[in-house]
Amino acid sequence: MGSRAPRVLLVLAILAVACVLPFTVSNFRLFQFTQVYIYAIAILGLNMLTGYNGQFSLGHGAFYAMGAYVSAIMMDKWNIHYAWTIPVAGVLCLIVGFLFGLPALRLEGLYLALATFSLALAVPQILKYFEHWTGGSQGLVLSKPGAPFGIKLNPDQWLYFVTLAVMALLFWLSANLLRGRVGRAIVAIRDNHIAAEAMGVNTSLYKSLVFGVSAAYTGVAGALSASAIAYVAPDSFNIFLSITLLIGAVIGGLASISGAVFGAFFIQFVPNWAQDISKAAPWAIFGIFLIVFMYVMPFGIAGAIRLLWIRTRRSRVALTPEARDTAHSQAPRTT
Amino acid sequence: MEIFVQQVVSGLATGGIYAALALALVMIYQATDVVNFAQGEMAMFATYLCWTMLNAGVPYWGAFVGTLVLAFLGGVIVERVVIRPVEGAPILSIVIVTLGLLVIFNSVAGWIWSYVQKPFPSPFPSTPVKAGNIFFGSHDIGQIFVTLIVLACIWMFFKFTPLGLAMRAAAHNPVSSRLVGIRVGWMLAMGWGLAAVFGAVAGMMVAPVLTLEPNMMGGVQIYAFAGATLGGFTSPGGAVLGGFIVGVVENLVGTYVSFIGTELKFTVALGMIIVVLLVKPTGLFGTRIVKRV
Amino acid sequence: MSAAPPLLEVRELEAFYGRTKALHGVSFSMATGGITTILGANGAGKTTTLRAISRMVRTAGAILFEGQPLDGRATEQVVQLGIAHAPEGRGTFVHLTVEENLRLGAWGRRERGGVEDDFERVYGYFPALKGRRRQAAGTLSGGEQQMLAVARALMLRPRLLLLDEPSLGLAPMVVREIFRILRTVNKDAGVSILLVEQNAALALDLADHVFLLETGRVVMEGPSEVLRKDDAIRRAYLGY
Repeated sequence: MGSRAPRVLLVLAILAVACVLPFTVSNFRLFQFTQVYIYAIAILGLNMLTGYNGQFSLGHGAFYAMGAYVSAIMMDKWNIHYAWTIPVAGVLCLIVGFLFGLPALRLEGLYLALATFSLALAVPQILKYFEHWTGGSQGLVLSKPGAPFGIKLNPDQWLYFVTLAVMALLFWLSANLLRGRVGRAIVAIRDNHIAAEAMGVNTSLYKSLVFGVSAAYTGVAGALSASAIAYVAPDSFNIFLSITLLIGAVIGGLASISGAVFGAFFIQFVPNWAQDISKAAPWAIFGIFLIVFMYVMPFGIAGAIRLLWIRTRRSRVALTPEARDTAHSQAPRTT
Repeated sequence: MEIFVQQVVSGLATGGIYAALALALVMIYQATDVVNFAQGEMAMFATYLCWTMLNAGVPYWGAFVGTLVLAFLGGVIVERVVIRPVEGAPILSIVIVTLGLLVIFNSVAGWIWSYVQKPFPSPFPSTPVKAGNIFFGSHDIGQIFVTLIVLACIWMFFKFTPLGLAMRAAAHNPVSSRLVGIRVGWMLAMGWGLAAVFGAVAGMMVAPVLTLEPNMMGGVQIYAFAGATLGGFTSPGGAVLGGFIVGVVENLVGTYVSFIGTELKFTVALGMIIVVLLVKPTGLFGTRIVKRV
Repeated sequence: MSAAPPLLEVRELEAFYGRTKALHGVSFSMATGGITTILGANGAGKTTTLRAISRMVRTAGAILFEGQPLDGRATEQVVQLGIAHAPEGRGTFVHLTVEENLRLGAWGRRERGGVEDDFERVYGYFPALKGRRRQAAGTLSGGEQQMLAVARALMLRPRLLLLDEPSLGLAPMVVREIFRILRTVNKDAGVSILLVEQNAALALDLADHVFLLETGRVVMEGPSEVLRKDDAIRRAYLGY
């Protein structure tokens, strides 16, 4: 996609702004941005599975819940420092996701969507059922971690930086993974399963691995949210969470790393704007936003930016339908 | 034994509602490859329209038929105005549009009619019907009849009328349909209209039982998904049968398995979906669509 | 030839799949009652030409049917003007019965009545179909499905019949039968036929006019008798 330098500079510039932010905005605003980063990680997880690998998940909220509760239980029951809970949540979700990916191999499109949808529906009830661990309907109240070593940051600021750092690391890892051979294999499986298999890609292994990694990312996001909100309760992890993550992924732009960030901003802020516009029926306004976005940018925000970029570059290369699809999906180049 | 028969009949009654909504979902899926997540909310909205007519003094069956007409028109308009612009978009983008419709219908219904639960009348007498030694709720029996009549009418429409034939053709093979002069776009729109009609029937039958409120159809839609999955998303007949089976199983499990209260009844439906998907994803009557590479 | 206006006139036709151009300015015309065949190698643009007339691909240039432009119209409207297209791959409704397929063929026609008579007529041409009329079309053999495709097209009472490779994958006897019926239909019912074929010998035998396509351009055209007799052309383009 042209030279990498301008992109890297852009990312660094954005990171710089992000680092300055905590000292210029209110704590509440900061909390909202922290939530955006958390959603971005979760959506990136979903995006890897659904956007890049073509496996439809309508139930990623389940992994988010799992990560949140693993972290919460470790902190609540065994007083483990929150920092350790995050990688543990990630690893556990990786394993569970991988195991889930195995039977999922037999399910395509609609059927996988139905399976994940059903599982996500069951999550609040399952959480309430295992009261002894999860605190039942009441949930678990946690304490917000403070900055270590006496660093002069309040808990909200500290958590903001932790989340930002985790996000930067995970996004960087993702970018490297998806731009290389692995990424090409993953996309090849999405675009033509049989051809990929015929070319020697172990589709079963890859698909399950992507499921695992995707679950891990979303699980880490959940774990971070447990600390950020300092509370977990079953009803916050209902089907709407999964649907919200899906909306974020599609609106942001499937098969796009930057799309995850756009999507996260959308799901965090647009419902608030909708409420500002209409107190009586805010969700109707939100619904209208969703529909209009899909009319104007059916490939998401990242997809629309990509199209704009291609048009303004005034490329001499005639775009075949295949090339246009590749551009839309922001898949790594194969040559 | 009597309890068993009662529960089966009761299960068939609720199953009929699931069957109607499942048929709506499957019809649209067959024609457009998209699951209309807003189907339940559209049904709820239609039921509110019926309630408004009843409140204005319209006699029940007049309001019932009037609602079916309005639902049909509504479905056609939604397809032509809201869905048509994104017809060529990726499937998930269309799913997002249906999710948008879901929240719009839900929110607008709450705005117009408030979230307070409203009683909804049943056209059937409240005295139970007696067959042999067993008593059955009149509403249950009536519900089964209404559902069966509507389904029979639709079956005859599709099988014996030219328009029904054209709609079937358009759903299976839009390209060839154009080549015989069928206006596929309008066939799709009418498919949405008919699906909305089924939804409205489901809504009007279930409202007396659940009481009318904007979130009324949420649970029903899940059971409808279970029915469609069980019967097969590629088979309208299967989806109907699946809906009835889900209704009966739900009722029997709730009655005979002691630790399953109403909360976990729901989990039974979800369990059914998972089991079907693991064993035979295409359902009892669905067929695998073989895609040529 | 008379001074009657041509049934079909194509001028400087270009056709596109996405941004790829498949036809580069094809021009030809067909007289009413004639049989024209388009020959050429794979990928020459023969099927694309038929699709262009049926408005199944994006085009530039003019297409006139009985003097009326087809360019702005949708496929369904072209059908209603009296153009029936039996496409590549036959396009049968595999889940529907033979009878339902035929009934759908009559959907687009202007005259509402006489459908039952047309059923009889079509069963007369293709008796094999009559025996199988309640069978699902997908269970028919290749030859029968091709007959069904042609029969369905005839149910429209078309003035112009577009046929895409009717001989593909069929036994020679079946093909001969189909071509015999096409000749009959052309003579008796006055149906003009535009035929795409790989089997050049058969096509030249049936058609009165031929044109050859090569990578989206017309490289040769003329009466079929002339092309049949010219050895050089035969060897270079028709392979025999």
